[in-house]
Amino acid sequence: MAHGPAKGIGRWLFTTNHKDIGTMYLWFSFSMFFLGGFFAMVIRAELFAPGMQLVDPNFFNQMTTMHGLVMVFGAIMPAFVGLANWMIPLQIGAPDMALPRMNNLSFWILPCAFIVLASTLFMEGGAPNFGWTFYAPLSTTYAPASVNYFIFALHIMGASSIMGSINIIATILNMRAPGMTLMKMPMFAWTWLITAFLLVAVMPVLAGAVTMILMDINFGTSFFDAAGGGDPVLFQHVFWFFGHPEVYIIILPAFGVISAIIPTFSRKPLFGYSSMVYATAAIAFLSFIVWAHHMFTVGMPIAGELYFMYATMLIAVPTGVKVFNWVTTMFRGSISLETPMLFAIAFVILFTIGGFTGVMLALAPADIQYHDTYFVVAHFHYVMVAGAVFSGTGAVYYWLPKWCGRMYNEALGKVQFWLAFIGFNIAFFPQHFLGLAGMPRRYADYSLQFADWNMVSSVGAFMYGAAQVLLLYNVLSTVIAGKKVTEPKTWEGAEGLEWTVPTPAPYHTFTTPPEVK
Amino acid sequence: MLANAKQFIMRVLTPFLLFPLAAAAQAQQSGTWREVLNMTPGVTEVSRQIYDLHMIILWICVAIGTAVFAVMFYSVIVHRKSRGYKAANFHESTTVEIIWTVVPALILVIIAIPATKTLVNLYDTSDAELDVKVTGYQWRWQYEYLGEGVQFMSDLSSSNDQIYNREEKGEFYLAEVTEPLVIPVDTKVRFLITANDVIHSWWMTDFGVKKDAIPGYINETWARVDKTGVYRGYCAELCGQGHAFMPVVVHVVEKDEFAQWLDDKKAEAETLRELASQQFSLEELMERGEGVHNRTCSACHQTSGEGIAGVFPPIKGSALALGPVEDHMNIVVNGSPGTAMQAFGGQLSEVDIAAVLTYQRNAWGNDTGDVVQPVDVLMFKQGQ
Repeated sequence: MAHGPAKGIGRWLFTTNHKDIGTMYLWFSFSMFFLGGFFAMVIRAELFAPGMQLVDPNFFNQMTTMHGLVMVFGAIMPAFVGLANWMIPLQIGAPDMALPRMNNLSFWILPCAFIVLASTLFMEGGAPNFGWTFYAPLSTTYAPASVNYFIFALHIMGASSIMGSINIIATILNMRAPGMTLMKMPMFAWTWLITAFLLVAVMPVLAGAVTMILMDINFGTSFFDAAGGGDPVLFQHVFWFFGHPEVYIIILPAFGVISAIIPTFSRKPLFGYSSMVYATAAIAFLSFIVWAHHMFTVGMPIAGELYFMYATMLIAVPTGVKVFNWVTTMFRGSISLETPMLFAIAFVILFTIGGFTGVMLALAPADIQYHDTYFVVAHFHYVMVAGAVFSGTGAVYYWLPKWCGRMYNEALGKVQFWLAFIGFNIAFFPQHFLGLAGMPRRYADYSLQFADWNMVSSVGAFMYGAAQVLLLYNVLSTVIAGKKVTEPKTWEGAEGLEWTVPTPAPYHTFTTPPEVK
Repeated sequence: MLANAKQFIMRVLTPFLLFPLAAAAQAQQSGTWREVLNMTPGVTEVSRQIYDLHMIILWICVAIGTAVFAVMFYSVIVHRKSRGYKAANFHESTTVEIIWTVVPALILVIIAIPATKTLVNLYDTSDAELDVKVTGYQWRWQYEYLGEGVQFMSDLSSSNDQIYNREEKGEFYLAEVTEPLVIPVDTKVRFLITANDVIHSWWMTDFGVKKDAIPGYINETWARVDKTGVYRGYCAELCGQGHAFMPVVVHVVEKDEFAQWLDDKKAEAETLRELASQQFSLEELMERGEGVHNRTCSACHQTSGEGIAGVFPPIKGSALALGPVEDHMNIVVNGSPGTAMQAFGGQLSEVDIAAVLTYQRNAWGNDTGDVVQPVDVLMFKQGQ
């Protein structure tokens, strides 16, 4: 066997090992998850009762903005890049990622970006306060001075994502073990391959949007300033051309994780593998041609409105195929309910609810009422949190024994699951009611008829927050003192190359490629 | 420092300690548990069409969800390893894949029909009997009755004391304004919606109307309300720190009542124009100016005139308020391009601008002794 890891801090600073980099990505995203979660707690504490209690409205807006940015770019995306780093080489029988030095760079610039972003909280004038969607001219003419740091941070995050994606594409296309054809790859590798193409396509668009903002603010251009002949709506088109694929970038790798967990604990192969691949590709394609459904109230011509409505409704078809396939995989399986499976089942239920509200939002006339209300907030938290975060949590429980050779505490895992599941639903289900009854989103304060459900929602949010502390404890106690396991195959029903290497996975794996039949 | 920390912790904890009590009190007092649950049908044809569409799609989703989850829970309960259930090994069927691709697609086509009809109706702004221009400002709405010479600002009327919990909140907290929009019943009203600074969104839930107010654009939408009453809505697009504090209130009245109201407003506008040629004393201007400042300027510059460090400059003791009157007037009338300071020349009457200038130059120890008359403002505007 080749040499092991270097000693000391140098191991982490200079490493080109996919497992080390995967671990760093996961811990980084976990810490960002707590930072973004802290912002969420401030938001929910302020909204606990009508009236301004804890923060002023300007700081409230900084919290909603930073919560969105940190969760999307700091927690969810790096979490799945971390999983990709750890698992894709193991799943396709590669010794490492194709571009290991770039891998190191793409990770290490990420903490720098978030230090820049977080530092804006301590600047005069405060952090960005214009929402994570930073619509001009609120983010240009009317922005705090810290907007330039925000732009710089987003540029770095984009560079990191693009490098990470190129690396994943290069690895999957070039480094599969002999016999591992594309249509034999695990779904997680497939969903990431498609996600990586999405990222390479749209991250430059985001970079373009923030660069135009930078020019408008500092160099006298008027891309988005109507007074100078520019167009504020153009910003929204550019942003959502990035933003809509972005939400699939977040959810597709989650689909891959669920497609690994459900067959394992159903002890039955994934139903409709090839249709799953085609559905994923179809969703990715559709994600490029539906962006203006986020803009049904900007005053588009009716022809545009109708087109974007029809195209958006189409997404329900491949998404439905995926849900039906998961359910059919479970049907007549031999199911056991370990913690990863609980998270996967919760994912299917809650993601489907998020999908249903997605179809409702797709109907342009109905969206006139739903748009920019708590109904939308509920919708995307069902997809982002119950989708991406539940799937990520399930993935951690699922692969943790393989990573560290120790078993997590199953009872604690289940308690954590139920606390998260119940807390999540108490927090976000009532937000549907609030939105339908007319409460707009991004409100620092609200009228009295919304008081009751807001209070309920806040209590649920605190529960959900507590569940994450429990998760941290469970992971830490497993890594430090969990029961040792050595079986290569942690789970009875698990299939795939990652379960053929020893547990814990050695520092170098597949130095000789495995044969795949 | 320690006292501050303690105070902060108490503020954080109090809501939790009071939770059961407050929840019970509120449920009893507001009695709104039932109301805040679903969309309401509203009072226009469009809003009822939207409501029907919402209910159709909701029930379709409930039906599909029930079927899918029933199969899933059946498997989770029956096909369990702990019950000794042996796994089957099927993993492919082109037939079922085609079925569950085609059936949902057909359902979507069926929903698309009413959705398209509603949208076409919603977009038909032709043959309007009354045109109202709605302009979004940070953070208030301006309504202008086109061709009638009537326009006014509609500001939030819930007090700062209510917002900061120093006073009990009223029934229509954050949903009440100084002057509501008034429109006649059974009349097709066209709204022309734009904004002066950032993007806002004019949302009247009961009318099924939500349209973004975008600087540089004039968006069109319409409503024909068939029931008189007071309707309340909100700004729906994040527009800065006052986003939650610029509600929309519309009074829908009988047609003759509206005609009377419009005549009164025209007369009022005439009076205001006459006032502009009169002379006022310092006391009169100070009194009026304080009101204008607290309504219009204090969201940024604060009622204390101290502003917010690093964000909004102070007026108290500032070089501008203590320097030449013309510079001060120029900023208020024309705004400061590239900053959040708007041009108030078109928003406020000459009397109000004169009053607020006088107030800002003499309040908070500024004590310049300057008295600005409406006629000065008028001449400044005309001299530009």
